[in-house]
Amino acid sequence: MAARTLYDKLWDDHVVRDAGDGTALLYIDRHLLHEVTSPQAFEGLRMAGRSPWRLDANLAVADHNVPTLGLEHGITDPVSRVQVETLDQNCADFGIEEFRMGDPRQGIVHVIGPEQGATLPGMTVVCGDSHTSTHGAFGALAYGIGTSEVEHVLATQCLQQKKARNLLIQVDGVLAAGVSAKDLALAVIAKIGTAGGTGCAIEFGGEAVRGLSMEGRMTLCNMAIEAGARVGLVAVDDVTLGYLAGRPFSPVGEQWDRAVTAWSELHSDPEAQFDRVVKLDGGAVAPQVSWGTSPELVVAVTDRVPDPAAEPDPSRSEAMQRALDYMGLKAGTPIVEIAPDIVFIGSCTNSRIEDLRAAAEIVRGRQVAPGIKQALVVPGSGLIKRQAESEGLDRLFMDAGFEWRSPGCSMCLAMNEDPLEPGQRCASTSNRNFEGRQGVGGRTHLVSPAMAAAAAIAGHFVDSREF
Amino acid sequence: MEAFTEFESVVVPLDRVNVDTDAIIPKQFLKSIKRSGFGKNLFDEWRYLDIGEPDQACSGRPLNRDFVLNQPRYQGAGILLARDNFGCGSSREHAVWALADYGIRVVIAPSFADIFFNNCFKNGVLPIMLAGALVDELFIEVNGTPGYGLKVDLRARQILGPGGRIIPFDVDDHNRHRLLHGLDDIALTLEHAEEIRAYEAQRRDRAPWLFRGVN
Repeated sequence: MAARTLYDKLWDDHVVRDAGDGTALLYIDRHLLHEVTSPQAFEGLRMAGRSPWRLDANLAVADHNVPTLGLEHGITDPVSRVQVETLDQNCADFGIEEFRMGDPRQGIVHVIGPEQGATLPGMTVVCGDSHTSTHGAFGALAYGIGTSEVEHVLATQCLQQKKARNLLIQVDGVLAAGVSAKDLALAVIAKIGTAGGTGCAIEFGGEAVRGLSMEGRMTLCNMAIEAGARVGLVAVDDVTLGYLAGRPFSPVGEQWDRAVTAWSELHSDPEAQFDRVVKLDGGAVAPQVSWGTSPELVVAVTDRVPDPAAEPDPSRSEAMQRALDYMGLKAGTPIVEIAPDIVFIGSCTNSRIEDLRAAAEIVRGRQVAPGIKQALVVPGSGLIKRQAESEGLDRLFMDAGFEWRSPGCSMCLAMNEDPLEPGQRCASTSNRNFEGRQGVGGRTHLVSPAMAAAAAIAGHFVDSREF
Repeated sequence: MEAFTEFESVVVPLDRVNVDTDAIIPKQFLKSIKRSGFGKNLFDEWRYLDIGEPDQACSGRPLNRDFVLNQPRYQGAGILLARDNFGCGSSREHAVWALADYGIRVVIAPSFADIFFNNCFKNGVLPIMLAGALVDELFIEVNGTPGYGLKVDLRARQILGPGGRIIPFDVDDHNRHRLLHGLDDIALTLEHAEEIRAYEAQRRDRAPWLFRGVN
């Protein structure tokens, strides 16, 4: 057989029916559901008198609307409450396993899938959420879908898909101390643009990627969608196996051995041809800070806010100017002179234990600067929260002046009670700096957990390598 | 799904790159558990001067008169002319529901984000990709011609413009067929239920660990 990429192998392995025109009906192994993009899908099933094809492929959790404070009072916003209750009711009616609010396993859907071992190598994983690309870190073909497709997967266990092109992002070298997977992800987006991966499945390879933990790989694949690619992938290796061993949904005993043998194929063949290859020097990546309203509008912390007048493309130049106006920034301002009002450490990008450890290391024995109005840490799941507390990280954060919250999507998109106020500037470990994303008029700077923590302490952006 | 064969309408130009789905329909409106009623909140933060809330009537809200959708010459427009990477960001199908509910049946742009592009076809909205230079020309024509309209013929894969101008466009056969006939995707897939079962059986043999719950 001809040499194949990892994406080719995953694709071939899931074809139920090849339409012969570049599309195929693909089998879906794992379907993750949350409260925002599923109610209309369940309603569609009911209206058509259909039932789920295979119950044990589904796992549901509420995350977007979940409060991160005062859980004992439930959800106070009646509209949010109805949405979460609708998920509870739908899962109960159809017999789908759900981690409900209050269950220690509850958390952000892209955190709990891997944490439970519900995301395994070689799977197809879909969810009505664009950051499903996260799960590709395990050598799984994982991508976000719309609500019509959520209904389609529930009813048929399949999706009609067009095959994507293969894009390899090869990061050679070793990331510097204080530089994380988040900085690498932002550097990749700065290089190829937010549409650079459109129509592609991105495989991340090279020494710097191999050197990342599973948490780091998840951060990288999570941001693939911000580069336009629905799919991000990292090949399976011992780091993957080490993470998965002993997880609740992971196979055990003889099944584990069989699975490991099957998973050993989950890498691109040495001779595989990619449609495009982009190379980066990992050693040259500096901590990144986004300055605009698109994740591609990002520079190194050592840089200045760029000048739209220097951009030759008029449409891009105009977009840059609009971004500066929205962000309340002037071209030429050194990044380290920008002072956030709010610091948010959380989201499906950066709320895992390693992220919290990196941030906690920075704040240890220090105090949040007086200019910071609020500094939040929102763990990605109840289990991560427990783990962090057992390591004493919660004390480090709270002693420094951070708030220690309960798990959920929180301020990443502020569907719960944690929005920015108009004009507020936030150093955020989330994934999108779109206008209004964190609250109407809110201004988002995307950074790593270490950079967010350092900004909280300094009161302005600082280089996490020197902090 | 409503079938799509031909559609003729005034064109409204949205001259911004990277229009994301958070802009198309802001997050507070995603709390709805319905598929309908999103049109009044389409581009909410650009369209109104105040902050919109779910379940709020929009008729009395202060309009941003500078925003293109609020300009009298574009009222009733059903074709949106856009720039690169339209619909990027979140997978929220609510973005397409909002466009469709407002009355937009066609979006023309040099490029689209993948998930948004896909979601359009599920809702009777036709996304048309045209070369950047051609889109530039259309922007100039639309801006310079009050009442500028286009007719989109999906059968012939053509856009018909003023003065007998014909612009051909590509659309894949599968999606075109589904749109032309307003077909239900799930029913189409379930025609292959036997093949799905057969695949599932061999997958269960090969990778039994994928067919189980918690240990």
